[in-house]
Amino acid sequence: MKTLIAAVSAACLMLTAPLAIAADAPSDPEIAHIAYSAGVIDVEAAKLALSKTKNADVKAFAESMQKDHEAVNDMALALVKKLNVTPEDNATSQALAKAGEEKRAELGKLDGSAFDKAYVDNEVAYHKQVNGALETLLIPSAQNAELKSLLETGLKLFQGHQQHAEHVAAGLK
Amino acid sequence: MTTGLLNRRQVLVAGAAMLASTALARAHNGTVHVTIEWTNTDPFAHTATVKGGWEVTIPPGQKATHVVTADDTVEYYCRFHPNMKGHIRVVG
Ligand SMILES: [Cu+2]
Repeated sequence: MKTLIAAVSAACLMLTAPLAIAADAPSDPEIAHIAYSAGVIDVEAAKLALSKTKNADVKAFAESMQKDHEAVNDMALALVKKLNVTPEDNATSQALAKAGEEKRAELGKLDGSAFDKAYVDNEVAYHKQVNGALETLLIPSAQNAELKSLLETGLKLFQGHQQHAEHVAAGLK
Repeated sequence: MTTGLLNRRQVLVAGAAMLASTALARAHNGTVHVTIEWTNTDPFAHTATVKGGWEVTIPPGQKATHVVTADDTVEYYCRFHPNMKGHIRVVG
């Protein structure tokens, strides 16, 4: 049994327990579910940000997150349909969803610049975590070539998101 | 006088990467008869943004163009995905 502990920045650990992704190499239906769940969490966070922020850079970032992650998830849905694969719920997806909900509840209590900073910092940490999981676990485990290729595109896109979030975070200081 | 013949340089933007990121534009008599055309085959919007300069938005599934000027020796990046980069070098 291999356990991958995703590195989460210290700032992020204050209220949320670190997410442990326990993994015997996940199957393609599980990988699809994990990737899709990770996207949904970021879309939900973006919606929360759009309902709260007054900062133009944070708003533009959140809009981009919502659109991009919805688009990738649409690609994922189209692919699983084409491959006739049913995404399978699993412990990693559930841990992600739970951590996402907790973070959303925590962010929901903040307002103004405190919210902006916490949201953007979490976006940096979250994309780092998801990118780490893609690189070390999900992409190497994917069996289907088209699924692997979609995950690789996702990784490039999310690495871009991480840099975008880092730029926005630097601008907030 | 220029015949208005535009030289098009294609840049494919796909899979969250800028392919053929180098566009070489030859200046002639101080003017540059080159248009760069980005084709975005992704379902996400990208930009070609020059820090402190111009920005072209390339909507999902669409093309966008920029007419190169003589001083357009620039690095550009995608504002939404700053790991996507390209550059233009004007020579001559
Ligand atoms: Cu982009």
